[in-house]
Amino acid sequence: MATEVELKAGIPSGKKVITGNYAVSYGAALARAQVIAAYPITPQTQIVELLADFCAEGALRANFIKVESEHSAMAACIGAAAVGARAFTATSAQGLALMHEMLHWAAGARLPIVMANVNRAMGPPWSIWTDQNDSLSQRDTGWMQFYCESNQEALDTVIQAYKVAEKVLLPAMLVLDAFFLSHTSEPVEIPEQGLVDRYLPPYNPEFKLDITDPRAFGGITMPSEYFELRYKMQKAMEEALEVAKAADLEFKELFGRGYGLVEPYRLEDAELALVTSGTVTSTARLVIDELRAKGERVGLLKVRLFRPFPTALVREHLLKVPKIAVIDRNISFGHGGIFAQEIKSALYNAEPRRPLFGFVAGLGGRDITPELIEEIIAYALAHDRPEEEIIWMGVKR
Amino acid sequence: MIEIKQSSPYPLRGVLPTDELMLSGHLACQGCGAALVMRYALKALGERTIAVIPACCWTIIAGAFPYSALRVPLFHTAFETAASAAAGIKAGLEVLGKGDITVLAWAGDGGTFDIGLQALSGAAERNDDIIYVCYDNEAYMNTGIQRSSATPWRAWTTTTPTRHPKDEPKKDMMAIMAAHRIPYAATASPAYPEDLVRKMQKAKAIRGTKFIHIISPCPPGWKSASELSVKLARLAVQTKIFPLYEVENGLKWRITLEPKGLPVEEYLKLQGRFRHLSPEEIRKIQETVDAEWARLVAKAKAEAS
Repeated sequence: MATEVELKAGIPSGKKVITGNYAVSYGAALARAQVIAAYPITPQTQIVELLADFCAEGALRANFIKVESEHSAMAACIGAAAVGARAFTATSAQGLALMHEMLHWAAGARLPIVMANVNRAMGPPWSIWTDQNDSLSQRDTGWMQFYCESNQEALDTVIQAYKVAEKVLLPAMLVLDAFFLSHTSEPVEIPEQGLVDRYLPPYNPEFKLDITDPRAFGGITMPSEYFELRYKMQKAMEEALEVAKAADLEFKELFGRGYGLVEPYRLEDAELALVTSGTVTSTARLVIDELRAKGERVGLLKVRLFRPFPTALVREHLLKVPKIAVIDRNISFGHGGIFAQEIKSALYNAEPRRPLFGFVAGLGGRDITPELIEEIIAYALAHDRPEEEIIWMGVKR
Repeated sequence: MIEIKQSSPYPLRGVLPTDELMLSGHLACQGCGAALVMRYALKALGERTIAVIPACCWTIIAGAFPYSALRVPLFHTAFETAASAAAGIKAGLEVLGKGDITVLAWAGDGGTFDIGLQALSGAAERNDDIIYVCYDNEAYMNTGIQRSSATPWRAWTTTTPTRHPKDEPKKDMMAIMAAHRIPYAATASPAYPEDLVRKMQKAKAIRGTKFIHIISPCPPGWKSASELSVKLARLAVQTKIFPLYEVENGLKWRITLEPKGLPVEEYLKLQGRFRHLSPEEIRKIQETVDAEWARLVAKAKAEAS
């Protein structure tokens, strides 16, 4: 952590060894969030604790509202964004679920709020460990979703998320795995404030609550207009694909790092493509390197942007590969892994038809080890098609 | 110090601002108390105001997209979020250097006494700089007259039918707000617009959370004639059922209008929602009102001594 003296002068740049949570705090501070409204929940709490420090020390000129619930946190962010302030919050699991109504409100009101969600399994039974059911349950709220693999990516994605959100006027959620990222320290390059300011100009929306131009926002809307407003949200999501791509490229030019909306890894000539998101990706890279060294033709596609779904990129990369194996740290009860469903639906109207294996693993924070990923790969290589729609990995039956 | 004499004829001219920030094309029912009180409230607050309205009758009254019956910016928000959304707006205004703008959260009794109580308590405990008005029509009127915790004892609603009327007293919302030790809380009635306007203006000048509880007659919900709304709002005060008072910092209680103490029956008999009451029940209401009034007087006296 920075010292008090350093903080008074703003957010210090340079390399630091910090947790994923702190990386998010640095990202929000560098993005010059103006209103932060948050409620504590494990494993997110440190994000807002550090932001509270930044505010207290004067490194960040923001109004921090210590609300009494996540529902109010999102409502307050909505109010702040509606008046033209850059708003930030962070949450996990039950907190995100409590916000659900207001997630729709933020998106429907077209407010570019950015939120970090630390993926935590939903109760009951209580769990504080990671899986993706919390964020994926918010799939249809109109929020963009970025799944982060590293602490650096988490920091950078906060800044990118504002850039995209404020352009298309939709809120954005960045998602990181509980503990594997949130509480794990890694070296992170803290970018210079001046450079971030160049990348991310102040938020100044065309329409806001303005006493010199009084308008009503969100009033009852008849069937003759409501439909069009929803059509425009979908168009904004579609636009966000291009905007996010451009925002990542511009980021790379300025900061020397980029992530893409998806990231192919050693997919050339691969017989099998693993599809991953979040920290499982790092483990899978390792396994793929080892198997490649042994002559196995396996590769990986990391899905970073989940909403809007990068359908064209997914097709471009996966249709070249004869088999696809999706690792889901989540489950849509009554159907299956959610990334697997999404990939299937993205590929359905494209040729050629590829067999897709849907693996569910690591729920409630159980480790997805290199050995487990090797098993997944071995299964997919050994079978022409999956024997079951859901292939459960490591479940005790 | 608000000085209103009971005997004054309450001349509107010269006391109420002439500005009209609420437009005539609103969608309120005939005789709607909630429409009246918004008109007076905005007269008091002026155009440097942003209104936040959660789900309530005013969601409809304000008009459908793309219209608005208000000449101040209006943010519609979810049912339980009037206070928290208002707090966010104020925080945003402050950080943008526009902290002098008044933020008015405007909610019904359901959004205040029930579903929005947590967010309101949070804002009040943080002393967020907002004016929170509860226009109280004593039931969920927008959904068609279901009981809320603001519904009076034994009143008819669609969920408290006369064969099984409400068995619980009205929640003492003012006491709850006073217990938060907010700088200012007051009751008001559309029958006393000068008192209402003065209280709103006083609230505007105070930093922190201000809570104004306004009785708002509802002809469809109270089963009363629409031309009687102002009379009912006056009788509510004069029978001591809804006394006019204010509380500073949760401790200084002051009655702002000395009621005549008319029998509660004068008020009850004009409303279909009380038509089924037995003489015994009316007696019990009178006793409760007298006891509550005595407690209020004691609090005000304790302050004066």
